[in-house]
Amino acid sequence: MSHTSYIKRPNRPLQFYAALFLIVLYVPVLFLPLFSFNDSVYVRFPLKGFTFQWYVELMDREPVWAALRNSIQVGIATSVFATGLGMFAAKAITRYRIPGKGPLVGFIMLPLVVPGIIFGVALLVLLSRMGISLSLYTVTIGHVIVCLPFAIATMIPRFEGFDPAIEEASADLGENAWWTFWRVTFPMVFPGVLASLLLTFTVSFDEFIMAFFLTGTDPTLPMYIWAQLRFPKEFPSILALASIILVVSFVLVFLGQWINRDAHAAASKK
Amino acid sequence: MTGQITPAPDHATALPRTGRIGMLLQRSEAARGYSLLTPTLLIMTIGILVPFGILVTMSFWTQAGFGFDTALTTANYEKAAERPIYGALLTRSLKMSAMATIATVLLSYPMAYFVAFHVHRNKMMWIVLITLPFWTSYLLRVFAWKVVLGYEGVINSFLMTLGLIEAPLEFLLYSQSAVVITLAHAWAAFAILPMYVSLEKIDRSLLEAATDLGDGPMARFLRITLPLSMPGVISASLLIFIPTTGDYITPALLGGPDGAMIGNLIQKQFGAINDWPMGAALSIILMLSIGAIALGFMAATNFVRKRIS
Repeated sequence: MSHTSYIKRPNRPLQFYAALFLIVLYVPVLFLPLFSFNDSVYVRFPLKGFTFQWYVELMDREPVWAALRNSIQVGIATSVFATGLGMFAAKAITRYRIPGKGPLVGFIMLPLVVPGIIFGVALLVLLSRMGISLSLYTVTIGHVIVCLPFAIATMIPRFEGFDPAIEEASADLGENAWWTFWRVTFPMVFPGVLASLLLTFTVSFDEFIMAFFLTGTDPTLPMYIWAQLRFPKEFPSILALASIILVVSFVLVFLGQWINRDAHAAASKK
Repeated sequence: MTGQITPAPDHATALPRTGRIGMLLQRSEAARGYSLLTPTLLIMTIGILVPFGILVTMSFWTQAGFGFDTALTTANYEKAAERPIYGALLTRSLKMSAMATIATVLLSYPMAYFVAFHVHRNKMMWIVLITLPFWTSYLLRVFAWKVVLGYEGVINSFLMTLGLIEAPLEFLLYSQSAVVITLAHAWAAFAILPMYVSLEKIDRSLLEAATDLGDGPMARFLRITLPLSMPGVISASLLIFIPTTGDYITPALLGGPDGAMIGNLIQKQFGAINDWPMGAALSIILMLSIGAIALGFMAATNFVRKRIS
């Protein structure tokens, strides 16, 4: 190992930079929970005192609960659809030689890159031309499109990470393709499926721009927050709501990534 | 739902496990692949291609009261070319997201380098930690910056409490720099991944060879690590530049009139101004300019790479 030691030698300035980078990455977001416990309607230093007041106030608001229900409905529908479709797509992309695969995958991954506003207005125009009124269903359609690339990208390393010979062995031992899928493939990729469900739920739960264009009369949680941002006196309770959402999102994403961690490790080794 | 069930009969027919069937399946591999991809492609076609086609069509219409005049005309595009506001806003958007992209890539590269070369245990943990914020609410992360940069926000009130400034610094919020800072911060996690992947792929024996042949750390970095990680840098740049140009939330919350971007104008056409065809035309113009710049950028980097190697 001695010949690689010069690469492994710790680089103090770089370590310092990395620590600083992480701090700067997280600190702005941490101000939201900090001020959500501050006993003042003004979001400014010096802090006045500790209070749960804004959280208590939040609990009494019927629109918050309604928006939460809407977001959870949309989130669950989106994650189930995106993960279900994504699972088959990920299998097709990793397991089969398909002519024109590159452009097809590029097309499916478009929502990762193209500005959300373009998809938002395009879908809005389509729906209005078809005479479909905006509702939570239209938001769900938008979210499935946004979430599919995430679902596929999350599950591809899972399919890449296990040997197709296992599937072939199952087939050789007399299991048909349907049961091979459910008894061999699905358990093997299950962590990826679970991760995809958690991640796509979070993406949908937090998504703004599609919901902005496609929401009817029932707002999702981000839309509710957006509407409240106009009123300065609502700031503290929005901070409380934002803190709860952030904590839930971080936990869900962390769980998802953690469940799927060996897939990442396998993929990065390639 | 029907889409998900479609592959089932296909699988069921594969029941007998004879070599002949295996051969048949082998031959129809592409067909089976397509059948698995079909539901996704169908959704994407309905959700992206069809709406986009209608958007293009609508951009050649004109608004007439509350309805549309569906006679095809290039009036919207002519208007966009004639009135300086559209061009100015587009140029400003491209400039601002170019600045955010450069800042993000420059600041994220050392971090990606650190994780790729100097983290040996719990590498996954670092990657998860860095990318975690990216998955969570974009709206709330931008909102957090509003709290930080606001007129009575964290920075101003903190500096005033310390007595360093008398009055709040007004340039912090509602400016182009506020938007650029927030964009760079919000997309940093996204930028790190592709750069990390291409740094991680670099064969370490190349670095050893360079050292054995007398290159110092700096020369080694410039001659091996940096060129080999360029694909990651290029994809990171495009992955940030393209979506940020059309960003809506950040300029809407932090930009003010000076920091407004083309996304805000597009939204206004579909909202307050209520001129959908103009909004459609602006969306198409935005897509075309981003596409042209991305292609130009890729061609330029390709040209440079060929010249170097």
